[in-house]
Amino acid sequence: MSDVQTLTRKDFSSDQEVRWCPGCGDYAILNTVQGVMPDLGLPRENIVFVSGIGCAARFPYYMETYGFHGIHGRAPAIATGIASARPDLKVFVATGDGDALSIGGNHLIHAMRRNTNITILMFNNQIYGLTKGQYSPTSELGKVTKSTPQGSLELPFNPVSVALGAEASFVARSIDNERQHLADMIKRAADHPGASFVEIYQNCNIFNDGAFDAVRKNVPNQIRLEHGEPVRFGEHGQHGVVMAGHSELEVVDVADAEPAEGETLGVQRRLVPAEDLLVHDAHRDDAGLAFALSRLAHTPVGPTPIGLFRQVERPEYAEQMQAQLDDARLRKGSGDLQSLLTGNDTWTVGAEPSTNGHGGDGSA
Amino acid sequence: MTEKTVEHLDTVTIRFAGDSGDGMQLTGNRFTSVSALMGNDVATLPDFPAEIRAPAGSLPGVSGFQLHFADHDILTPGDEPDVLVAMNPAALKTNLDELPRGATIILNSDAFTKPNLKKARYDSDPRHDGSLDGYRVYEVPVTELTIGALEDVDLSKKAKERAKNMFALGLMSWMYSRPLDPTVEWIESKFAGAPEVAAANITALKAGYNFGETTELFSHRYDVDPASDLPPGTYRQITGNQAIAYGLVAAAERSGLPLYLGGYPITPASDVLHELARHKNFGVRTFQAEDEIAGVGAALGASFAGQLGATVTSGPGVALKTETIGLAVAVELPLLVLNIQRGGPSTGLPTKTEQADLLQAMFGRNGEAPMPVVAASTPGDCFDTALEGARIALKYRTPVFVLSDGYLANGAEPWRIPDVQDLPDLTELPAFVAPPEDGEPFEPFTRDPETLARPWAVPGTPGREHRIGGLEKAAGTGNISYDPDNHHHMTQMRQGKVDRIAHDIPPLEVGADSDADADVLVAGWGSTAGPIKAAVRRVRAQGHKVARVHFHHLNPMPANTGELLGRYRKVLVPEMNNGQLSFLLRARYLVDAVGYNRISGLPFGSGELADVIVEQIRAAEQDPAGAAR
Ligand code: SF4
Repeated sequence: MSDVQTLTRKDFSSDQEVRWCPGCGDYAILNTVQGVMPDLGLPRENIVFVSGIGCAARFPYYMETYGFHGIHGRAPAIATGIASARPDLKVFVATGDGDALSIGGNHLIHAMRRNTNITILMFNNQIYGLTKGQYSPTSELGKVTKSTPQGSLELPFNPVSVALGAEASFVARSIDNERQHLADMIKRAADHPGASFVEIYQNCNIFNDGAFDAVRKNVPNQIRLEHGEPVRFGEHGQHGVVMAGHSELEVVDVADAEPAEGETLGVQRRLVPAEDLLVHDAHRDDAGLAFALSRLAHTPVGPTPIGLFRQVERPEYAEQMQAQLDDARLRKGSGDLQSLLTGNDTWTVGAEPSTNGHGGDGSA
Repeated sequence: MTEKTVEHLDTVTIRFAGDSGDGMQLTGNRFTSVSALMGNDVATLPDFPAEIRAPAGSLPGVSGFQLHFADHDILTPGDEPDVLVAMNPAALKTNLDELPRGATIILNSDAFTKPNLKKARYDSDPRHDGSLDGYRVYEVPVTELTIGALEDVDLSKKAKERAKNMFALGLMSWMYSRPLDPTVEWIESKFAGAPEVAAANITALKAGYNFGETTELFSHRYDVDPASDLPPGTYRQITGNQAIAYGLVAAAERSGLPLYLGGYPITPASDVLHELARHKNFGVRTFQAEDEIAGVGAALGASFAGQLGATVTSGPGVALKTETIGLAVAVELPLLVLNIQRGGPSTGLPTKTEQADLLQAMFGRNGEAPMPVVAASTPGDCFDTALEGARIALKYRTPVFVLSDGYLANGAEPWRIPDVQDLPDLTELPAFVAPPEDGEPFEPFTRDPETLARPWAVPGTPGREHRIGGLEKAAGTGNISYDPDNHHHMTQMRQGKVDRIAHDIPPLEVGADSDADADVLVAGWGSTAGPIKAAVRRVRAQGHKVARVHFHHLNPMPANTGELLGRYRKVLVPEMNNGQLSFLLRARYLVDAVGYNRISGLPFGSGELADVIVEQIRAAEQDPAGAAR
């Protein structure tokens, strides 16, 4: 076992040359992930990165851990096999919006529902990068690409909403260039027992540059969710979120808060006292509030929540699978192959004394 | 009551037929179990519709179960039934064509009502219009007698009626001198939670038996002695799906690797998943995935993690898994893909048998993606075939196709229980890479010089961290490589690895039932083994000379295949497909193989095959100069 205490970021960097386009947001994510690894307190050999196809899917090659670069969309399936076969391993999935939400949508939702111990890092760049720029399931409606010269006709997925709908027990969102925040989300996701999902806004500077500028460059638009804290944002926390009507949320201005330069509070939005702001509760049984928060911004063009939307405790799949094996052993004893093959009803032909009868209990 | 004459028979074929809801599969299975326990050789052919419950009494709703039992070694479920038990007009209508004149028909006369006759599309009652002339027909009011026997039982009329299959089983048990005790015990344990249902079934069973004993209808009963020519040993009854599941458990036990089965429900393979799910005390992990693709994906993940990964499906499922199987070829990890074949294309005939996925197994992947293929020939052989598939997969670090089919899956036969000690020892095969001595680099794509297998380093092993994937890898380091020469080299390595297996499997040998100076060789694979053997037996009994060979390894084929085929003037290949093995033999060995191809969803009859063989023998005689090559 490698000495867990002395591991550093460098120990997690493989000897492979990183081949993303210069300026790609993936670099920052890779760096952050490598930086988080030593903090997990796990031996390197117990970590596995699994991926599908796409720019993001090259990720495992750059990690000095075990890695499996799979096929398009199937990473959650392969990861489920690894994680459920070997509960002692820490399994990550590095995926993209096309890989996870289009071709692999079925595996993604079931991995989250099943709650196997897998940390899914979904790099959302709202475009197909590796195949050179077609619209993806998260591209905004009307997106003009090579495959949609007149604009795409499809409403995009909101990945956080999808994850919440799929019963994920850990759902978070972060941004490639927000190193501290991203590291924090990844660490918490990795520590979560069960399936965890982190959507990471990732800039593809080649095919979809600036897709997230509204939150990536415009930091005051980041609605940073903190459990137990009022949902507030803006340079001075001058904006916030309140409950309005039936499970709807409303973005408001906070009374008595300091406005940004040139801004007058209470003009475009309702002015609401600070104590009326919604207090975020990431651990509620009911996913409704987290879902409502995810709907504040269907695509990140204005104020958009990032951070931990939801984290609840649910039985983890591999652990339960193991418990069933243990229980079967307890009830029936460790399997005895001979008695399994023999079964209950046997008869004898030839030399041995003819005994029609019952033997073994293997098939019970 | 008059003492009835007992007549000895050496072989009997019975077909139970009724509505899907009549419990005919269960009746047939019980009769089979008891016959097996009595020491008869048995072979069975369940034949049921894909619909769970087609409209009651309708023709598509008929479910049948044929079983053949004998005092000697038998090879098929029988060509034509000697006895048909028909629980309603539809069952009579769908089965009458296959019944030879002189056969016995036992009818549930209560079911021959106007509406039922209409549902069976009978314009007139076949009992009275001459349709059944030439048959020995016994009309038994099964429903009424069953309800009568259960008069004192506190169950609804409907529930009572449901026990009529037990009445029929009791009657047939009397007729063929089968004891009731094993079935009584079985009913008691099966309905342990519902004692009144158990009691009703047992009463109906006994009533059927007693009816046979007392009625004036039957003057004879029959007896079939235990089979004495089976190899000595302890036997049990087994179906192909059970055997293949046991084979996987055995492979896990004998290799020391935990078994991981990723699957998705599909006919006729689901029973393998069900069977394995019952054996968690062997450390067996069964994972019912969200789809076929995830089933194989998880299995491959488990292989990467150091377990014996397997997935079980049928043809449509294989189609979905294809890309992942290709990935397994590329990453060179052990993986078992069990295909319980059924009628195709597409959804085809889910509950019927066919062997038309051989070329899918051979070639159904993009790129050069060679894979070993093994095929089971009898229900019991499914056990050995699964074990052999695992041996090849582990030793050569490759996915392996294990082919079975619907006929083997659901068919049952007596199985000589192997001694675990005699099973192949696979413990040396996983050979996980150990942690390195200081600083020694790890190259996941170096190869064993003998097998060309690559090392298997499982997560959790310090110092062996490495990355694999579907992109082409550089020989040795396993790093992504687009180098032209490397790609050529790796392609040849993957092919060479599979080719080498030809020298690691038993040579092809003609069956002991072959004539040394035969001109005609009958070559088969898969579940046609029984019908071919039975046909060869018939042909030789007629004084003809013929030889027979059966392929268990389809890829690669044994090293001596070409030489062996070349010895015969004619090679006849009967297949339940349009000539897939013929195609391979022709392509590989330039043999002028003649196909006999019938794709009906049913196994071959031995009489039908015997005629074809004789035809070829005659053709060879008339063309003395001809040679297969
Ligand atoms: S195409 Fe876009 S996502 Fe892909 S590597 Fe280049 S910049 Fe990054």
